[in-house]
Amino acid sequence: MAALVRLETRLSRLREEYFLKNRSVDEDRKIVYKAAVKIQSWFRGCRVRAYLRYLNKMAISIQKWWRGYQSRRYFRKMIKTAYFIMKMNFYNEMAVRIQKRWRGYYVRKYTHNYYALKKYLEAISLNNEIVRNELQEYAEMNEKKKKKKDLEKKEKEKKYKARKMHYLLSTEQIAGIYNSPFRKFPDPMELLLRQSKPLSHRQQQPKSPFTYDLYDWPTCKRPPAFPTGEPLPPIGRQKPQGPFRDAAEVLRQRYKPLEPTLRVAASISSPLEKAREEMKREEWRKCIHDNEFLPFSSYHKNEKYELSIHASEKIGKETYGIKHFREVQPNKWIAGKNSCIS
Amino acid sequence: MSQRQVLQGVISLLRPLLLDVVPTIQQTAALALGRLAYFNDDLAEAVVKEDILPQLVCSLSEQNRFYKKAAAFVLRAVGKHSPQLAQAIVECGALEALVICLEDFDPGVKEGAAWALGYIARHNSELSQAVVDAGAVPLLVLCIQEPEIALKRIAASTLSDISKHSPELAQTVVDAGAIAYLAQMILNPDAKLKCQVLSALSQIAKHSVDLAELVVEAEIFPVVLTCMKDSDEYVKKNGATLIREIAKHSPELSQFIVNAGGVAAVIDCIGSCKGTVRLPGIMMLGYVAAHSENLSMAVIVSKGIPPLCTCLLEEHEDHIKAAAAWALGQIGRHTPEHARAVAETNVLGTLLSMYMDIRSSEDLQLKAKRALKNILQKCTYLPALEPLLHDAPPNIMKHIVGQFSKVLPHDSKARRLFVTSGGLKKVQEIKAEPGSLLQEYINTINNCYPEEVVRYYSPGYSEMLLERVENYQPVL
Repeated sequence: MAALVRLETRLSRLREEYFLKNRSVDEDRKIVYKAAVKIQSWFRGCRVRAYLRYLNKMAISIQKWWRGYQSRRYFRKMIKTAYFIMKMNFYNEMAVRIQKRWRGYYVRKYTHNYYALKKYLEAISLNNEIVRNELQEYAEMNEKKKKKKDLEKKEKEKKYKARKMHYLLSTEQIAGIYNSPFRKFPDPMELLLRQSKPLSHRQQQPKSPFTYDLYDWPTCKRPPAFPTGEPLPPIGRQKPQGPFRDAAEVLRQRYKPLEPTLRVAASISSPLEKAREEMKREEWRKCIHDNEFLPFSSYHKNEKYELSIHASEKIGKETYGIKHFREVQPNKWIAGKNSCIS
Repeated sequence: MSQRQVLQGVISLLRPLLLDVVPTIQQTAALALGRLAYFNDDLAEAVVKEDILPQLVCSLSEQNRFYKKAAAFVLRAVGKHSPQLAQAIVECGALEALVICLEDFDPGVKEGAAWALGYIARHNSELSQAVVDAGAVPLLVLCIQEPEIALKRIAASTLSDISKHSPELAQTVVDAGAIAYLAQMILNPDAKLKCQVLSALSQIAKHSVDLAELVVEAEIFPVVLTCMKDSDEYVKKNGATLIREIAKHSPELSQFIVNAGGVAAVIDCIGSCKGTVRLPGIMMLGYVAAHSENLSMAVIVSKGIPPLCTCLLEEHEDHIKAAAAWALGQIGRHTPEHARAVAETNVLGTLLSMYMDIRSSEDLQLKAKRALKNILQKCTYLPALEPLLHDAPPNIMKHIVGQFSKVLPHDSKARRLFVTSGGLKKVQEIKAEPGSLLQEYINTINNCYPEEVVRYYSPGYSEMLLERVENYQPVL
């Protein structure tokens, strides 16, 4: 019971205490609530932060791993390409070396072959020498020919002159001008004069523009010259006294050569007719017999066939010279016949 | 009375004689007209104006051969003076009549007709075309085959006159088969005929590569080379012209000529002639050398440079000297070897003097300058360059100094020689604008030598030294 009394006494205080406690608790409630909220929130925050941190760490780890993986892949690729490039460079380098050598060789051997060029130039100089020699020979030959021609021409002229001046030849009594008695030996001109035949004073017929048509072809240069000599009057003749014409003129007129007109000079028959005549003459000359050739056998019907001598002889060897040595003609014998002379 | 009136009077007197009954009078009148018209172009015009030509042309077909010869002579005499007169002859229908005369039997008539056609075709290409259209070319080719030398000469000269104007006309002549006959006639001993034949072939060959190849295929080499040794000057000239016209078209043709020994023949020909006869030979060497360096080396090896140098020195005519300078330039411009071969003959000095000479013509100066430049740009033969340092004008000087600046850095002997011969001194004396090419070359040269040497040779060094002496404080 005492506890109950004590409790009852405390009860009244209890209600105040309870009320005061509740009041203080109520008053603290906000603070406590706030503090609790704070603590909770902080704790939640911590938890969440820890979680986030954890997530972060995981994410980082994943990313790290993934990035590492990618880079390693990339790196491997890069290495591959670098290696490839290195290989290619090496190959290129080697190829360049080969090509360098080959191109140098090819150009030196085929395109700009130094030795071939040298040989070619030597060959050219050799060829030039040959050509020069040949041309020199040709020029010399020409020179010689020209000289020879000139010499021959001079000789001809000299001979012609000597022939023209034949009257200057020295005789027994009168020494010619080239054979002066004070000279040791006669002048060569004198010797020439002795050798040459006198030139007769024949003048060529002046070529008339109307030359004969037969000789009018391009290849024939001159028509046949009909030499009509102009006869000289005899030497030493006294000029006849009187109104006579000059003798030379008279003779010229008397012996004037015929100058036929074209119509007269040309033959009457044209070349065609002349050729026909010619043919006929040939025929006449060559003709062997006059029997005309009769082609058909009917023309020969009435003719008797004459045996040839060969066919009309008897067959066999010739007995003369083997069997008998004299020709015997029994029908001419007088003896042995019955009646011959009657 | 003035001469013109006198001449008119003469024509009006001669004109009725052309219609005379007697044939001899007709011929003599025609001959007189021809001779008058030949020497006097006023008369030739008068002949045309008085309408004598149609009459002549009509009678060309009817009369005998002496009249034909005289009438052809008149036509030739009129046609030779000017293209207008020749045109008048063509217009009155003379060409057909002349072509008919070409078929005549008498060689004198053919000669007269061919000559007249040649004089007409000479003037310009329209007249040539008219002659060709009248059908003259095949008949001319037949005329060439005739045995008379005079006829061959004239026919060759006419073909040459026809083909010289244009490639088509030349092709017409070639199509008529002229080349084979012309090539055969090169062997003929007559000098004038050879002249004309060579001229005809060169007129054909000059137009294009194909025509030149056709001429070469007619196997004129090496026969043509014998023409270069002929005693007649004009044969040599025309032969050289023919070879030049063939060589200028392409390297292959030049190569062919070189292989046949043509270069040697031409060089001998140049050496033996004087004057304008040399000109085609010189140009031929230039053309051959211009094509390629191997051909140029072939020219050098055949001893081509000494005759060219003598040409340059001896000749009086400027155009021949210009051609020689051009040819030397073409030979020397390929490589240092070639330039050296040219420079060794000491011809660079001559070229320089020609360039500097005021009396030389423009053409000569230009060609000498170009040749000099071309050779200098490749020349590394220093002994030949040294004398040029002293007189050259600035535009040539920069090439010379440039060459020195290329050679000196690499050759110590040359450097020494350069100093001892006074070249370095001369180079110091050259004034060049700073920054110009010449200054760069001078700097390159100066850098080859030590400082003291360069200062020693710079102008005014002795004064500088003396000044230093003056200003020196003696050390006691």
